[in-house]
Amino acid sequence: MPASCDIAFTLNGVKRELNVPAGMSALEMLRDKLGLTGTKYGCGEGECGACTILVDGRSMNSCLLFAADCDGRELVTIEGVATTPRGERLRDAFVANGAVQCGFCTPGLMVQASNLIERQPGAGEAEIRRGIEGNLCRCTGYRKIIDAIASAAGAAGAPAKEGSHGRG
Amino acid sequence: MGALETFRAPRSLDEAAEILRTGNVTVLAGGTDVMPQSRIGKLKLQPVLMSLRRVPELRGIREEGGVVRLGALVTISELLESALVRERLNVLWQACDHFASDQIRNAATLGGNLCNASPAGDTLVPLLALDARAVLASKPNGKVLERRVPLAEFFTGPGRTARTGAELLAAVEVPLPPKDAVGEFYKHGTRPGLDIAAIAIAFTARREGKVLRSVRVAFGAVAPTPIRAPRTEAALEGRAPDEQTLEAAASAALGEVRPISDVRASDWYRRELIHNMLKRVITHACKL
Repeated sequence: MPASCDIAFTLNGVKRELNVPAGMSALEMLRDKLGLTGTKYGCGEGECGACTILVDGRSMNSCLLFAADCDGRELVTIEGVATTPRGERLRDAFVANGAVQCGFCTPGLMVQASNLIERQPGAGEAEIRRGIEGNLCRCTGYRKIIDAIASAAGAAGAPAKEGSHGRG
Repeated sequence: MGALETFRAPRSLDEAAEILRTGNVTVLAGGTDVMPQSRIGKLKLQPVLMSLRRVPELRGIREEGGVVRLGALVTISELLESALVRERLNVLWQACDHFASDQIRNAATLGGNLCNASPAGDTLVPLLALDARAVLASKPNGKVLERRVPLAEFFTGPGRTARTGAELLAAVEVPLPPKDAVGEFYKHGTRPGLDIAAIAIAFTARREGKVLRSVRVAFGAVAPTPIRAPRTEAALEGRAPDEQTLEAAASAALGEVRPISDVRASDWYRRELIHNMLKRVITHACKL
């Protein structure tokens, strides 16, 4: 039985202290220790993005992150994103555009999209496609997801940004 | 060796090197390779798992005296956001632009990519072409010492490097290329995101009138390690990149690669890609 360690971090704005096994992933900590099951386990190797969370304002695959390495960091999960105005706008846009079928990829996509809109206000199709390349959806074919994110990004009311991260 | 026992997060290079000196340590940076590899049993976690995240000496990108020092803990996203990398080490910037996904670029580090030493590692190929060297730190006698290893000697096999168990990759140093240098990175895969290279090519050179100078060519995923291609470089050096020169370089390249067949491509296809794409890469880099 591997030893455990004490960590302290911020989760969705609330300070948490926890004892976690040294080899545990952040995803297992969120789902199994903290009961936050919005973050999904898809592939376990960083391919699918279903487990996307924000760590210190950056999106990451929580399945690739050690829980012990969350000490001192700021984590935001889909449960946190969902309560923000941007999260609400994204949820409405996903519903309005029919961007959800089985729904398994949706939390990860919403976290990723929320971060994308925050970093690149007014992101267009190319930026959105590039931004969600780490999120797999096996139902929708992405069209409706891209439309939903574009609609939420547009609703943010920010001017389109110069330049792009899209591939030339 | 026993199972994982403790998680350590030292706050200085000195402390990290000391932990490493005592042995039985798995070094953790971004975790994007350590976590999945330990879960499938490819990597056996040592009793001590040491996160480098809090070691400030391993961070940062800075230029001093014509050398760019890239801290081992610099993430791929940080490389992409660096004006210095984009403007002066553009061939590396291009590789970072083709690296995995946003989520992984935000976590994965340059040092981790190098120490994982995959023959297909994205940043390895441009860094070879840029004549980079690895800065290895250790603490043999109570003091942190650094030694420098040219990247061409750093990779010793798939997943293997010249780094000893007591050493930490602290940084990568890259001699600043001349301002007029051109560079091009090419990675062949079946999709733009989250792909592992079937082959990769990095090319850098200066143009002096019509001819190429200081030509550097490196290949990925066509040998047990990423490789420099000296005979290919010789076929291009001091010559104008016309059709005949490009064909000579492509033929030389075929003599330097030793690809295998695997799930991503057959050895035949990899050779075809090297031959044809090298010509295209040079043509594109030189805007012919």
